[in-house]
Amino acid sequence: MSKNSTFDPKAYWSATLRLLTITMVIWFIVSFGAGILFRDALDSFNLGGYPLGFWFAQQGSIFVFVGLIFWYASRMDKIDREHDVHEE
Amino acid sequence: MDLTTLTYIIVGASFALYIGIAVWARAGTTKEFYVAGGGVHPVVNGMATAADWMSAASFISMAGLIAFLGYGGSVYLMGWTGGYVMLAVLLAPYLRKFGKFTVPEFIGDRYYSQTARIVAVICLIFISFTYVAGQMRGVGIVFSRFLEVEITTGLIIGMGLVFFYAVLGGMKGITYTQVAQYCVLIFAYTIPAVFISLQIAGTPIPQLGLGGNMGDVSFLSKLNSVVTDLGFAAYTTGSKTMIDVFCITLALMAGTAGLPHVIVRFFTVPKVHDARVSAGWALVFIAILYTTAPAVGAMARYNLHATVNTAVATGGDVFAAEAAIDGETRPEWMKRWEKTGLIKWEDKNGDGRIQYYNDKSKNEAFLAKAEAAGWKGNELGSIVKGKWEPKVDNDIMVLANPEIAGLPNWVIALIAAGGIAAALSTAAGLLLVISSAISHDLMKGVFAKNISEKTELMAGRIAAAFAVLIAGYLGYNPPGFVAQVVAFAFGLACASLFPTILMGIFSKSMNRGGAIFGMLSGLIFTLTYIVYFKRDVLLGMEKVPDSQWFLGISPEGIGVIGMLINFVVAFIVMKMTAPCPDHIQHLVEEIRYPRGAAGAQAH
Repeated sequence: MSKNSTFDPKAYWSATLRLLTITMVIWFIVSFGAGILFRDALDSFNLGGYPLGFWFAQQGSIFVFVGLIFWYASRMDKIDREHDVHEE
Repeated sequence: MDLTTLTYIIVGASFALYIGIAVWARAGTTKEFYVAGGGVHPVVNGMATAADWMSAASFISMAGLIAFLGYGGSVYLMGWTGGYVMLAVLLAPYLRKFGKFTVPEFIGDRYYSQTARIVAVICLIFISFTYVAGQMRGVGIVFSRFLEVEITTGLIIGMGLVFFYAVLGGMKGITYTQVAQYCVLIFAYTIPAVFISLQIAGTPIPQLGLGGNMGDVSFLSKLNSVVTDLGFAAYTTGSKTMIDVFCITLALMAGTAGLPHVIVRFFTVPKVHDARVSAGWALVFIAILYTTAPAVGAMARYNLHATVNTAVATGGDVFAAEAAIDGETRPEWMKRWEKTGLIKWEDKNGDGRIQYYNDKSKNEAFLAKAEAAGWKGNELGSIVKGKWEPKVDNDIMVLANPEIAGLPNWVIALIAAGGIAAALSTAAGLLLVISSAISHDLMKGVFAKNISEKTELMAGRIAAAFAVLIAGYLGYNPPGFVAQVVAFAFGLACASLFPTILMGIFSKSMNRGGAIFGMLSGLIFTLTYIVYFKRDVLLGMEKVPDSQWFLGISPEGIGVIGMLINFVVAFIVMKMTAPCPDHIQHLVEEIRYPRGAAGAQAH
């Protein structure tokens, strides 16, 4: 790895961990939160013909997961470039 | 053209395609054999990962599982997709940066210990073999049902094919055949789903159809009232407890992220950035099937009830004598599939009509009505080990789906090709991680360090060949508990490999002792718990009542507790033993920064 004067390993890693935490919180909320823990409460709302909690458990969480990975990857690219550790 | 001929042509054409690709993508070096040369495009790798991941169980069984479990089936949907978020964020990019060939190799290097590497190989081999046996069985079953040959014949053809492209092409051959297999299986899965959604909900998109309307009520509330009228649990609520749903989902997610044959796919892309993006593409391709499956399941469940009880569709009285259909006039598909035993009518009350309901309902009022109507027990079930069981087989929901919906023969033939593609692609991926664990980790890494690359490549091929033979034997003569054991694989990966890899990346101070003891205690605890509560199936002993479950957690979900034990034991042992050496701390530092991954892969 080419280290240079601007590279601050601590700052890079804490930025990475901050993004990781946000991502995993969203991951948890849409699946374990909306699909399991708060399903009963959400089921009193409807999305089309779906009870909302059931929709999160069988459809919504999966859609969010897909979007979440691409969002995470693009944010990581940005962090990599800002800290000058991106790949050539 | 009759169905069998058509099936032979379509399945045969798909085989010719796989063989053609295998010949084109032969492996010449160990790097090509283990990681396809490390130059696979992230979208291509995503597609191959999806085929690798979606097994015969995903293709044939999952929609049926959901159909009968309703909301409870969500554990599989969330569990087997959410794991990819963990992979993309927590594991794949860092393991790619590390830039080696196998999972045990990472564990051995990171924890500077041959013992840790060997423990990891043992976990890997156990997980992968239980899995692959189920796949070979799947190939045999699909062959025998659609092509009317013996299971053994089907098995041998399947083995021959996997042998050809896994042994010859290694990871390179597997990757490109998996891309073809993905296309075959997703096409085969979605076509019937589209037609069924059109018939039931009037929309070609199954994901919308499931949330659509039937007449003036939503399809799901209609389904809820149909199944509760017949004594079953409401479709959208299910019957598992919340803590159990929570633990099973988490165990499946962490287990997915810790499965070696999935992780190793991310060693094949050129860069760290590609590993992240590729996990996203894998999930796109998986999600196409996984969001369709709940629609297939729910609609097939409705179709089944509507077929045997005419009052279901009209909204009339399901207990009326003439509502249950006359057994003589039952549809052709039912007669055809009765031959396989997946579905079987047994006229218990001798009225010549088919009563399909939940005779184990806890609703007294319902049972009283059923009795008053002269029903003497559920009459629709399946044949299990020569005996009639009061439960329709899960697999019928996908296998007979095109016939239930009245689709043309070529769609049915496509289902056969799709089921075989799903099983073969997963089997090949598993066989490769087994053979590389033997040739690369055990031989090159521990016992025969001085072998040349050419010898190692040959050893890898021989190991793959042996693995195919063992897998074939297990598929032919499966231990009675194959289905149970596949659920194990996730719990064990969740409690052993996943936490150990995670700590290896995110903790600089985790040391050799912590990793080995953590891995072993997670593995042993989980294994013991599963064997204890499944001893009726595994050892033929008397069943332990489910009421004794720890905190109400089923054996399927216990991997989560095993994972916690792994973390705690690892931490305590780390505090008591010599700290992690400096050069390993530097290694951990290095894998956190993406730059330089392209160089590291050519080691």
